[in-house]
Amino acid sequence: MPKNLFQKVWDDHTVRQLANGQTQLLIGTHLIHEVTSPQAFGMLRDLGLKVAFPHRTFATVDHIVPTDQFIEPYADPLAQAMMDELRKNCAQFGITFFDRATGKQGIVHIVGPEQGITQPGTTIACGDSHTSTHGAFGAIAFGIGTSQVRDVLATQTMALGELKVRRIEVNGKLPPGVYAKDVILHIIRMLGVNGGTGFAYEYAGSTFDGFSMEERMTVCNMSIEGGARVGYVNPDETTFAYLKGRPYAPKAANWDTAVSHWKSFASDPGAPYDDVVKINAADIAPSVTWGINPGQGISISENIPSPETATSADDKAGIIEALAYMKLPAGAPIKGTKINVAFLGSCTNGRLSDFQEVAKYIKGRKVAPGIKAIAVPGSQIVALQCEKLGLDKILSEAGFEWRAAGCSMCLAMNPDKLIGDQLCASSSNRNFKGRQGSTTGRTILMSPVMVAAAAVMGQIADAREVFSVTQN
Amino acid sequence: MALAKITSVFGRAVNVPGNDIDTDRIIPARFMKCVTFDGLGEFLFYDVRKQLDGTEKSHPLNEPRFKGATILLSGANFGCGSSREHAPQAIAKYGFKAVIAENFAEIFFGNSTTLGMPCVTASREDIAKISAFTEADPQGEVAIDLVKLEVRFGGQTVKIAQRESARNALVNGRWDAIGELIDGLPAVKITAGKLPYLAA
Repeated sequence: MPKNLFQKVWDDHTVRQLANGQTQLLIGTHLIHEVTSPQAFGMLRDLGLKVAFPHRTFATVDHIVPTDQFIEPYADPLAQAMMDELRKNCAQFGITFFDRATGKQGIVHIVGPEQGITQPGTTIACGDSHTSTHGAFGAIAFGIGTSQVRDVLATQTMALGELKVRRIEVNGKLPPGVYAKDVILHIIRMLGVNGGTGFAYEYAGSTFDGFSMEERMTVCNMSIEGGARVGYVNPDETTFAYLKGRPYAPKAANWDTAVSHWKSFASDPGAPYDDVVKINAADIAPSVTWGINPGQGISISENIPSPETATSADDKAGIIEALAYMKLPAGAPIKGTKINVAFLGSCTNGRLSDFQEVAKYIKGRKVAPGIKAIAVPGSQIVALQCEKLGLDKILSEAGFEWRAAGCSMCLAMNPDKLIGDQLCASSSNRNFKGRQGSTTGRTILMSPVMVAAAAVMGQIADAREVFSVTQN
Repeated sequence: MALAKITSVFGRAVNVPGNDIDTDRIIPARFMKCVTFDGLGEFLFYDVRKQLDGTEKSHPLNEPRFKGATILLSGANFGCGSSREHAPQAIAKYGFKAVIAENFAEIFFGNSTTLGMPCVTASREDIAKISAFTEADPQGEVAIDLVKLEVRFGGQTVKIAQRESARNALVNGRWDAIGELIDGLPAVKITAGKLPYLAA
């Protein structure tokens, strides 16, 4: 009987059924960071437990690291305490830690793939909802809470109910100036911020077939913003080419065996799905959010919704609340909205290709006066790659501050924060109230090239016009 | 590890209305700079409860008449966003024992169940009925019955729902799976041995 990838990986990793009907699922790869792991190690100690498979947990530090300070102790003693705690826990339990001194530190969802730890047909868990990123490799990757981090440390398994699978097919060539970020913003807008609850999303179609691994990661990353805990793309030659030669990828003698094994996980022709959605790539435009969740988005040429155009009472209440918070005028074009800050980075869009694409267009241009613009590579390796290509210089000359690797302004756990009701054009993944560190701070999500356009114009702008984009 | 069998939750309720209440709103990220969950309760809904200067905003949790409530009512997609367990931990440490909402985000639901804090769903109309009851009588008792899957208050009864695996785990005292997972360790090693990337 034909099966989809989710079913194959699930079956392979099923240990047994638990009394409440859930599955004890083996988690092959566990990634941890400083925010959601200290309490889990604390619980482990309280219970007198050990780490069952220490070589299958990998750690890095990302949320709290300052991107402009390299010397410890950090100015924030709480951040330093979390750093120390992770270091201590990894040393005590024998866990590999990609600390800053290794040169391999970065956002956990960037480190896993670039080390070749993230592989097809595997299960991955991490105490972070953007763990769905790793699904780009044909892995089933779950964001989990701290008690489950404890479970995985203690047993390399967790208790879970099986998900339904929705296949989202995007076919055709994306129009010029339209990126992977626009694809996922389009999907979330279409299916809703909770449309994916209970589902794993399988992204497929010719658009995904043509995507690079970094583009696939951008889409899978934001699955959770559509309510789907898991998102994946079937592994193919693009996947294998990306992994070949990476530190944790199978080596010479084992490579061919691994590839043929990986291929076997791809969804079979005729595999069953609980739902199928089809999207035409040509219908997707450069997208921006206008509200306080990632589903409140429009294309750059549309107007900000007004309560009068609401489709339901709920929609109306949502629009009123969002516009009040965002201080945006109902019915006006989003284009031309003044910004204060431009942020390039995050686990969604903090990879080499993101900075390459921005550098291509921003070279020779200047960030508008008065705009704070920061560019934050997602890992030390991404930073080095960019610096070798001189991208840091191009961005600096344009007026972006070139920072060190970390989560930075995506969330409010390090010194990179909005002030007051500043409005930020951001390549990150969440526009929740207060998300970027000020209780009245405002976020507009968009692709990195759209962030660059907003930075240059000092206002939300159509990158296709600003940079005369005629082809991708 | 014997866990309590959670078959019912009794207490006073308070409604925090709204859809898509995300985990950043439940516990703003800056309060996650901690290495234990202790003390998170006081920061629950902090930025919607407090002004920048620390004085209180208008919010149901700030109303003296709702102090001591142990059942939280809310709207659709409650707990969306980040996987931070700090969110249900803050709710539990504040003193809540259960949440009734139209529906819940996936990760939040699982995290809450593992803490033994039932999340049950009810229709919007029924949540409004419970809310109207507590509004009229903030001291009035609300009883969530996980066996009969109903909520009783002031002589009224409404239906609730809960994913069967979670309900089963709660009423049978198996909501924290760690004991069972450890019991399965011999089987885990067998499964791991069959997977090339783990056997290597």
